Amino acid sequence: MKTVIIDYGVGNLFSLSMGLRKIGEDAEISSDKDKIRDADRLILPGVGAFEGAANKLRESGLSDLIKEETANGKPLMGICLGMQLLFDESYEYGIHNGLGLIKGKVVPLKGYVDEDLKIPHIGWNSLDIVKPECPIFKYSETGDHVYFVHSFYATDCEKDTAAVTEYSRTVTATVWKNNIYGCQFHPEKSGEKGLKILKAFCELG
Amino acid sequence: MITKRIIPCLDVKNGRVVKGTKFEGLSDVSDPVSLAEFYSNSGADELVFYDITASSDGRRLIWDVLRRTAENVFIPLTVGGGINSIEDFDMALKCGADKVSVNSGAIANPEIISKSAELYGSQCVVLSIDAKRTESGFTVFTKGNRVRTELDAVQWAKYGESLGAGEIVLNSIDTDGVKDGFDIEMLKAVSDAVSIPVIASGGAGKKEDFLELFRTLEKVDAGLAASVFHFGTIEIRDLKKYLAENGINMRI
Repeated sequence: MKTVIIDYGVGNLFSLSMGLRKIGEDAEISSDKDKIRDADRLILPGVGAFEGAANKLRESGLSDLIKEETANGKPLMGICLGMQLLFDESYEYGIHNGLGLIKGKVVPLKGYVDEDLKIPHIGWNSLDIVKPECPIFKYSETGDHVYFVHSFYATDCEKDTAAVTEYSRTVTATVWKNNIYGCQFHPEKSGEKGLKILKAFCELG
Repeated sequence: MITKRIIPCLDVKNGRVVKGTKFEGLSDVSDPVSLAEFYSNSGADELVFYDITASSDGRRLIWDVLRRTAENVFIPLTVGGGINSIEDFDMALKCGADKVSVNSGAIANPEIISKSAELYGSQCVVLSIDAKRTESGFTVFTKGNRVRTELDAVQWAKYGESLGAGEIVLNSIDTDGVKDGFDIEMLKAVSDAVSIPVIASGGAGKKEDFLELFRTLEKVDAGLAASVFHFGTIEIRDLKKYLAENGINMRI
């Protein structure tokens, strides 16, 4: 059983790989297509800007590979920007196409949440789990605090939303569609509660 | 809603935590790796590593210590002290820091803020300010608080925000070590002037000081302290429970 953290040159993968090691998961950071094909499950990380990340995924051919592998039922978890990349499109400085694995779009928090709230939405916020049957919440419950850092959020995805958080208004925290999962927050930085979400994911596939 | 944060700060010199600690069950209380793991498991919302090493040999050691610490800490980790270039900034991130705090380095070269914000995002750029009352207001000091600058703390905070800093740590030299409460007046002046999170530092001596901080200054997001946590004067879980019972939104 093996998890591959997809390395496409975006962001720091150190914490994530340490988090997986902590829960006893045999994980590898790789951009190698054979390794990605051989993996039992995939994690798509990412920090930074949507456009650059989406371009890197496409140019490296990883975009097509991820679509193929997930179409075959392989579990995939997107984290933070990696979650946003699962959607059809993003309105982060222009309009950019994502992987289109989940219906919906990514739009700015600015103009949505109360004006006096800080953006990025940084810090610990609590999960409201709307789909407790979602497999990655096997060990979680509503009220668990997780760590968020983001300025854009996913919307028009109510059907696939598994958890939300509240930042003056409702913000998508987790999406889930069949074998595809996305967390806006960082489970690898969310203490014990976050590691439990990674653990539940690593039991899939 | 987002919670207020409690942040222990580890002052590290030559790879060892400087201020003495006394925790049961910790075999080596000066080892930053085990102390960080202890805090991470004791309810801390974030950790700050402040390297006060002066020598270049010691500086290299910090990266190794940081890496070993980051391997065992699953809450956000900020590293500061001696970050004078983009290379230092990059190295800290590579060794597992989630955020990097700049202080004197940014005063000498403010471009560190804009450049790092552009490269890595504002969320990982923390501007740390040491300030003290003078005849001209709240003035920024550097070099272990010995050297006075021309900078006004409020203006510098605003400028730092405009350059791309994502968070400000405001350490009041006037209240630091006094243990009679945070510097509400200085914190108010700075937090009213910026719209990024402000972390209060300097002056915490008891639980009530944190309650006063969060009750008085709604815009302050976090309280940072070192010795009161290290010496066990305040136990973090107990502090957070106390704050929650008094109406402050905490991660329990």
